[in-house]
Amino acid sequence: MIAGPIHWLLDPLQYDFMWRALVAVVVMGAVTGTIGTWVVLRGLSFMGDALAHAIFPGIVVAFLLGQSILLGALAFGILTSVAIALLAANRRVTEDTAIGVLFAGTFALGVVLISTSRNFTRDLASFLFGNVLGVTAGDLWTAVIVGGVVLTLIALFYKELLITSFDRGGALAIGLPVVWLDLLLFVLISLTIVVSLNAVGNILVVAMLVTPAATARLLTDRLPAMLALSAGIGATSGLIGLMVSYHADVAAGGTIVLVATAVFGLVWLLAPTHGLISSRLVRHRAAIRARRDTAVGLESHGEDR
Amino acid sequence: MSSSADVAAPNPGLVIRDLAVAFRHRVVLDGVSADIRPGQVVGIVGPNGGGKSTLLLAILGLVPIVRGSVTLFGRPSSTLRARIAHVPQRELVNWEFPATVRDVVLMGRYPHLAWPRRFGRHDRDVVDGILDRIGLRSLQSVQVGQLSGGQQQRVFLARALAQEADVLLLDEPMTGIDAATREVMLTIIEEQRQAGRIVLLVTHDLAAVSCTCDCLCCVNARMVSYGPVHETYTEANLTATYGGPVIVLSGANQPASAPGREPG
Repeated sequence: MIAGPIHWLLDPLQYDFMWRALVAVVVMGAVTGTIGTWVVLRGLSFMGDALAHAIFPGIVVAFLLGQSILLGALAFGILTSVAIALLAANRRVTEDTAIGVLFAGTFALGVVLISTSRNFTRDLASFLFGNVLGVTAGDLWTAVIVGGVVLTLIALFYKELLITSFDRGGALAIGLPVVWLDLLLFVLISLTIVVSLNAVGNILVVAMLVTPAATARLLTDRLPAMLALSAGIGATSGLIGLMVSYHADVAAGGTIVLVATAVFGLVWLLAPTHGLISSRLVRHRAAIRARRDTAVGLESHGEDR
Repeated sequence: MSSSADVAAPNPGLVIRDLAVAFRHRVVLDGVSADIRPGQVVGIVGPNGGGKSTLLLAILGLVPIVRGSVTLFGRPSSTLRARIAHVPQRELVNWEFPATVRDVVLMGRYPHLAWPRRFGRHDRDVVDGILDRIGLRSLQSVQVGQLSGGQQQRVFLARALAQEADVLLLDEPMTGIDAATREVMLTIIEEQRQAGRIVLLVTHDLAAVSCTCDCLCCVNARMVSYGPVHETYTEANLTATYGGPVIVLSGANQPASAPGREPG
């Protein structure tokens, strides 16, 4: 390994495939971080995981037919979102049950379908775990355009997403189409997952939807700051993870997720106000102050006598 | 304080006619009728689960109406949601959400902004004025979960006022708040009355009802009574509503701002 962080960062970039990989993971990190903020604030981690699995058969069908993977994934993402909403309308099926039933079922369909492919194992592995070094220029364009669409829609619907996440009843009361906004969010999550397939694959994408946003939430109490931090943490995790995986010669997708997880762990311990250590310190200091005040109170009480 | 409750209505404001409301396929509220004119404050009382909040939701068109109608200025009220502001119960909101006091009060301006417009100068001015009025200006950058219960209730009131609606629906705004916030609530309600708005106040605070409301609506699965406070704020009525003995405070124990409003 060559000494110096500059070399460590720049040397891999002498290869074109590393440039493409770099752009792919940074775009993926920024988009998953942004949409992930809404996933985390809405408590939709399980839904995100479910959508990632549910669009799998869509990808496989499109792949086997030689059609656009994006369209296949989108179709299954929308179908699954609607199906979850319909199933959960039955009061004996809770939403998490509906999600549990559908994501396992649709994922199984994907596995069965891809087992008809000649290169079954290799294709399955690249869908499930990503293949960032094999990103083509066409994949990159798709990722950049789809990512741009997702970010634009989030900006356009910012107000509406904000109130439906904070106060659903209030959103209904002012006449917002809350169900359609939910569906919009699910579609955006599905699109984001498709953008992430090359970088981290189908299984690990939920980590990129949840972990950077959860990290950002520990660092700020403001939504715009949380969106920016989450996107930044996602993109940086992608960059560092890719480089580490290159130098250590290990799988890129897994390394990216490990970096994001490590960042979360550090922030959870060290964050200025919401971190474990600082919140313990605050409590400790308050306890010391209370003890001292009690002691002073007792003393002055004694003097009064 | 206006006391025109028994003058015939020339131009009705909020008119409820023989309303029955279902919640989860069960009729939970039945037989509600009321003519509420601009400038009237109506107290809604009754036991928990008696349909008070449901009545407010029915006015917003958020629960299915199985019979009867609710109209505002002659049109179905559910089509005029932008002109109806709702202060929900505090428990129904995600307080951990990273929104500041100002963010939440700005939400009151949403009905005035067609998608995807952003807030303009006028919206910010309205919100600034209300933050000053309610005493939240110094807290405007605080995340809402860090406020006390009374402060949170004030934020919701401020959001409803920012909507500049014709009808204000308040769902138990007096629950779990400090004396100062209660005073703010009562003052604001009085101001809304002066401004010709309609206020519906769901509460267990019978003292507040007797001194601020023009009319009283007693509900317990059905409407027990509706009418001017001086006729309906009686021990017999409240006992019938709550299904048990209720201590009705006599005039001497009531706030000084309620002259001539002794029950019975």
